[in-house]
Amino acid sequence: MSATTTETGTSFVPAAETLGAVLAPGARPPRPGALSASMTFGWRAMLKIKHVPEQLFDVTAFPIMMTLMFTYLFGGALAGSPTEYLQFLLPGIMVTSVVMITMYTGVEVNKDIEKGVFDRFRTLPIWRPSTMVGYLLGDMFRYTMAATVILVVGLVLGFRPQGGVVGVVAAIVLLVAFSFAFSWVWTMFGLLLRSEKSVMGISMLVLFPLTFLSNVYVDPATMPGWLQAFVGINPISHLVTAARSLMAGAADTGEITWVLVSGAVCVAVFGALTMRLYNRR
Amino acid sequence: MRDRTTDLAIETSGLVKIFGKNRAVDGLDLRVPAGTVYGVLGPNGAGKTTAVKMLATLLRPDGGEARVFGHDVLREPDAVRARVSLTGQYASVDEEMTGTENLVLLGRLLGHRKAAARDRAALLLEAFGLTDAAARQVKTYSGGMRRRLDIAASILNTPDLLFLDEPTTGLDPRSRNQVWDIVRIVVAHGTTVLLTTQYLDEADRLAGRIAVVDHGRVIAEGTPGELKSSVGAGMVHVRLRDPAQRPAAERVLAGELGTAVHLEADPVALTARVAAGDADAGAERASRALGSLAAAGIVVDDFSLGQPSLDEAFLALTGAGERAEEHGGGRAGGRGGEHGSAPADRPADGPGRPAGHRSHETHETHHDTHETYETRETTV
Ligand SMILES: Nc1ncnc2c1ncn2[C@@H]1O[C@H](COP(=O)(O)OP(=O)(O)OP(=O)(O)O)[C@@H](O)[C@H]1O
Ligand SMILES: [Mg+2]
Repeated sequence: MSATTTETGTSFVPAAETLGAVLAPGARPPRPGALSASMTFGWRAMLKIKHVPEQLFDVTAFPIMMTLMFTYLFGGALAGSPTEYLQFLLPGIMVTSVVMITMYTGVEVNKDIEKGVFDRFRTLPIWRPSTMVGYLLGDMFRYTMAATVILVVGLVLGFRPQGGVVGVVAAIVLLVAFSFAFSWVWTMFGLLLRSEKSVMGISMLVLFPLTFLSNVYVDPATMPGWLQAFVGINPISHLVTAARSLMAGAADTGEITWVLVSGAVCVAVFGALTMRLYNRR
Repeated sequence: MRDRTTDLAIETSGLVKIFGKNRAVDGLDLRVPAGTVYGVLGPNGAGKTTAVKMLATLLRPDGGEARVFGHDVLREPDAVRARVSLTGQYASVDEEMTGTENLVLLGRLLGHRKAAARDRAALLLEAFGLTDAAARQVKTYSGGMRRRLDIAASILNTPDLLFLDEPTTGLDPRSRNQVWDIVRIVVAHGTTVLLTTQYLDEADRLAGRIAVVDHGRVIAEGTPGELKSSVGAGMVHVRLRDPAQRPAAERVLAGELGTAVHLEADPVALTARVAAGDADAGAERASRALGSLAAAGIVVDDFSLGQPSLDEAFLALTGAGERAEEHGGGRAGGRGGEHGSAPADRPADGPGRPAGHRSHETHETHHDTHETYETRETTV
C-alpha cells in the first residue's frame, strides 16, 4: 500500500478537469456560527486523542496513583483507617487531579501555536475564540475521564457517597465546568510563554500551592492562622467543599455559587487576556 | 501608465513592520492586479513572509496601509479573511491528522455541512493525487505531497486571493512542476495568486508581474521581460566541437560583438554579452557572429541567444556588486546609515549599475552564477 502511494506521490499530474470541478465557483456556504466552529475544533481535539491515545495516560494513571498514594499514606494516621479517610479524601483528590491535568492545555496550546496550521486557522473568517474553546472542549473530555477513573477507584476501595448517583454526577459536572473556566489561565500562559518547558514550570508553580494549601488533605483548623487565611480564599478549597457537599447529598449552595462565580471571573479575565494574545500574535 | 481602472487585489502603501530594531518590511508599495499571478521575489530575510502575514491579517502592520480587494487589513480583517487563503512557508496543515481529516476540518470551518465537507475533501484529494494517502497521517507524507495537501486546503473554498509563500522551496523538480501546474489551473479559475519565491526561474514562469523585494522594500517592479531588459544586454552562449578552436572563436566573437568574451570552465564553451540596445539589434548581431564563426571554419555545436536571466536582473537590482563586507552578519544589525542611499528609487534608471548599498550573505551564492554568466537561453 505504501509503495503505491509513493508511486502516485511522484507520478501525479494535476488534472485540469478534476481540479476544475472543485474550483467551480459554487455559492460559498455562510460562515459557521460560534458554536459550530467551536464544536469543529473540539472534534479536532478528539481526533488528536484518537491519533495519540498515549496522551490519555496522564488522565488515567496519574489519578489512580494519586488516589492510592494518599489514601494509604495518610489514611491510618489521619482518620484511623484508609476507608474512613477515603470518605473525606476522595472528592478532594478528584478535584486535585483534575485541576492538575488542566495544565496540559497550556502545554498543548504552546506546542500547537508554533505550527503553521495555526496561521491557517487565524486567517479563517470564524469566531476568534473558537480555536481555544475547541481545545477546552477536548480537555473537558479528559477531565471527565479522569474524574470517572478516580470515582471508580474510590468505589472499589470503599468510597460510599451519601449523595448517590445524582450527587456524584452533579459534583463531577461542577468540577469539569470549573476546570473549563480555570483552563483559560493556561491558554493564556500557553500563548504568552516561549516554550513548553516554561509553561510546565509556571503551571507547577501555580498548581502546587493551590492544590496543597487547601482543605483537600487535612482540616484547615489544624493550620496556623495565616495559612488558614490563604486556604479560606483558595478557590480550590471552595470547589472541594462544594464537591464534598454534593457527594454527601447536602448541597452547599453558598459554596457552589462561590465556585460558579469564580469560574465566571476566570473566563472573563483570562479568556479576554487569551484572546488578546491570540489576536496579537 | 498602468491601467487605474483595473481591479486591484492588493494595494499597499508604505507598509512597515518592525521587529525590535529590525525593519523587516520597510515602506512596501504593492499594486497587485486581480486575476493574475503576482510574484514577490527576494532573498532570505527580504521581508516576504512578514509582508504576506500582514496582508493575510496575521500580523499587525506598524505603519502604512494595506488593502485587499479594497478592504483595509486592520479595520476590516474579517472581510479580508473571507476572501483570502494562505499556504504558509512552513506546512500549514496538521501533521498529526490524516489528509482527509485536515480537509474535512477546514471544510467545516468554512461552513460546509459534514457531508459536503467530506465530498469536497474526497474530490480534492483525488484531484491532487492523494487519494491513496488520504487516510494516513500527514507526518508520513513526502514534502511534495504535503505541499499539495497544503494547497488543496487553501483552495477548498476557491478563494479570491491565494497567498503562496515559497510554495516550492525544498521540492524536487517534478514536485515543483506539479505545484506550478496547480497554480496555473487555479489562476485560470479566476483566483489571484500572490506568490513569494527566491527562485527567479519560478517567478519568470508563473508571474505576470514581479516585484523584486529587498530589505523590506520594492526595488524593482514589472513584467519578467521588463525586468530582464532593464538590466540591459542579452547573452550569447556558444559551444564548440573542438576545444582547440576556442581562442579563435574568442577573437571572432569579440570582434563581432564588441564586448568581452568569457571563457567558461567547460573548455568548449564561451559566453559573451550582446551590447545593450534594442532586442532586434542584439539578435542581428548575434546571428552575424554565428555566420562569422562558420566563415572562420569554427565548428559550433550549440549556439543560443538568451535574454539576461532574472538572476542577473536580480543581482544587479539587489546590488550584488558590492558585497565585500559582512559575511553571515545577517541583517538585524544596524543598517540604518547606508540605507539613505534609497534603493527604492533605483529601478527606473538603469539597474544595470549595481547599486551601492550593502547586501547580505544570500547573494554570495548567487554571485558565482553571475560570474560564470550562466543564462537561461532561448535557442535562436
Ligand atoms: N517574529 C519575528 N520576530 C523577530 N524578527 C522577525 C520575526 N519574523 C521575521 N523577522 C525578521 O524579519 C526579517 C524578514 O523576515 P521574513 O521571514 O519576512 O523574510 P523572508 O523574505 O520571508 O525570508 P525567507 O526567504 O528566508 O523566508 C528577517 O530579518 C527576520 O529575522
Ligand atoms: Mg519567508
